[in-house]
Amino acid sequence: MKRVFVNEKWCLGCHLCEYNCAFANSGETNMAKALKNVKIRPRIRVEEDGDAITFAVSCRHCSDPICIRSCISGALSRDETGTVCIDHDKCVGCRTCILVCPYGAISEDENGVIQKCELCVKNAAGSPACVAGCPNRAIIFEER
Amino acid sequence: MGINYIYPEFEVVRNDARCIRCRVCERQCSNQVHQYDKDLDLMISDESKCVNCKRCVSLCPTRALKVVKSDCLLRENANWSNDNINEVYKQAGSGGVLLSSMGNPKPFPVYWDKILINASQVTNPSIDPLREPMETKVFLGKKGSDIKHDENGKLITKLPPQLELSMPVMFSAMSYGSISYNAHESLARAATALGICYNTGEGGLHEDFYCYGPNTVVQVASGRFGVFKDYLEAGAAVEIKIGQGAKPGIGGHLPGTKIVGDISRTRMIPEGSDAISPAPHHDIYSIEDLRQLVFSLKEATEYKKPVIVKVAAVHNIAAIASGIARSGADIIAIDGYRGGTGAAPTRIRDNVGIPIELALASVDKRLRDEGIRNDVSLVVGGSIRSSSDVVKAIALGADACYIATAALLALGCHLCRTCHTGLCNWGIATQKPELVKRLNPDIGSERLINLMNAWRHEIKELMGGMGINSIEALRGNRLMLRGVGLNEKELEILGISHAGE
Ligand code: SF4
Ligand code: SF4
Ligand code: SF4
Ligand code: SF4
Repeated sequence: MKRVFVNEKWCLGCHLCEYNCAFANSGETNMAKALKNVKIRPRIRVEEDGDAITFAVSCRHCSDPICIRSCISGALSRDETGTVCIDHDKCVGCRTCILVCPYGAISEDENGVIQKCELCVKNAAGSPACVAGCPNRAIIFEER
Repeated sequence: MGINYIYPEFEVVRNDARCIRCRVCERQCSNQVHQYDKDLDLMISDESKCVNCKRCVSLCPTRALKVVKSDCLLRENANWSNDNINEVYKQAGSGGVLLSSMGNPKPFPVYWDKILINASQVTNPSIDPLREPMETKVFLGKKGSDIKHDENGKLITKLPPQLELSMPVMFSAMSYGSISYNAHESLARAATALGICYNTGEGGLHEDFYCYGPNTVVQVASGRFGVFKDYLEAGAAVEIKIGQGAKPGIGGHLPGTKIVGDISRTRMIPEGSDAISPAPHHDIYSIEDLRQLVFSLKEATEYKKPVIVKVAAVHNIAAIASGIARSGADIIAIDGYRGGTGAAPTRIRDNVGIPIELALASVDKRLRDEGIRNDVSLVVGGSIRSSSDVVKAIALGADACYIATAALLALGCHLCRTCHTGLCNWGIATQKPELVKRLNPDIGSERLINLMNAWRHEIKELMGGMGINSIEALRGNRLMLRGVGLNEKELEILGISHAGE
């Protein structure tokens, strides 16, 4: 399956991916309207160590996802393409998946349940908005 | 402040209804113009540091930003422009020479824009480049003027070394040091993919780029930085740089602070020492001296590579070119006064040299008149902005063009003309690792390849329109050109008729 791969050599630490993610998942059509005066909750996070290194991390869509195995309510699953998806109605907000994900790719959403990268398959972007908006190809969406 | 104060040239305008405080502008501006104020929850800017490179404008995700020219100007005066006055203020404060970058921005005439190209109608057919073959390949180097046979009457077909280019354009000299590693890698990869050449400039060749040798012109300038046997052998051609259009008669000076790590290794000078290129080559004071260097380089490369001599377009360029042709050089490169630079004294950049169009026309004519045109190829540069400039240059007599500013624009340069500060926000004219990484050579080389392919298509279309199917048939074909709004003298020098004639 196509996944988002990180090329930290080219990451500028600009954080645009975080904002593009938050916007894509906001359901709004205007970024200023969606994100003005909002503390964003992106599903991709830029890790940085000063100027030394920066890179963006999101769900790896593992082939044997530990989050799915750990979920007590069956809210996490892989769809037919292999994308690890969350069913917000089933999630009880126990945060087990947040604790087990080795990449720290799962976080809490504004409603107390969890959110994670679903490769923009469920929003209007259709394919990863973070990748489309990255100015330096530091993240790429491809089959490997 | 006070008597020394100059009102900032640009204004940073932020539409607060759109600004989402993402701080991208703050992170991306190496000049530290933007800053987030936590207490006010506001982005504030210090426009006095802004150089109008548009990095922040290009990356702001909500298009909340624009950078505009300030309207806080001094009282209007047709003689004393704002620039004139502010430059006096600066020098009265600093006592120093003014520095600038990139090409001459003054409103001198651009002759390319006063020349029009012909097309076929009725009496001679035009050619459709999508249906019929079109040749854009050129070979640069000495061509034999007469046909020679060996003792058995067989034709001698062996030519002196030639530089083969898939189209009549090369990326001109920009040294590693003046531009970044990633900019060099982009140029080298693009030149290789396109079947053209890029040029090392005077800073030597980074060891990682020897693999692009067949598409590299290696330069030997007055500082002789990084010149040694392997370097000369690595290139497809060797270029002796006598002068550069942006600063004829002037040497170069890369401050010791920039001579670090790889740059010091590549230039083969100690870290922290100033890289000074003397104004003249200290071993060249005549055409005879030049001939010695030309032949030393030929000897060193076993007569396998053409030698280019690059000069700036100055007043007596035709006579100078004639001398160079007689020095044994295979190719003459002429750089017009609008050519770019990483740093030059402002007064030199803006006031010394002549337009490349006039230089080219007079050199081509002089070499023809003297019967030595075939002894050399002519390459011209100094603000070739588009494929139509290329076509006009070829029709005026050039074999190929050198482009640098256009190539940098493709890499992201926004012509802010502050390369000399070393803080290029686009990762081009800088050596700061966090800025250099902003230019990903995968993207850079792709964009250069796109640009050149687009130009190649346009060149074919323009040629097809004239009913010409090869660059060779266009070269020096001045009948294909007409001038508009030019006086008799200009038309005479350009060797073209006026439109309507
Ligand atoms: S948008 Fe790209 S360059 Fe910017 S932080 Fe994200 S991954 Fe890095
Ligand atoms: S980049 Fe644009 S939206 Fe982000 S802080 Fe700057 S002005 Fe505001
Ligand atoms: S210097 Fe460039 S990045 Fe900085 S504020 Fe000015 S235009 Fe924006
Ligand atoms: S290379 Fe960089 S510093 Fe120089 S003019 Fe272009 S954008 Fe400005």
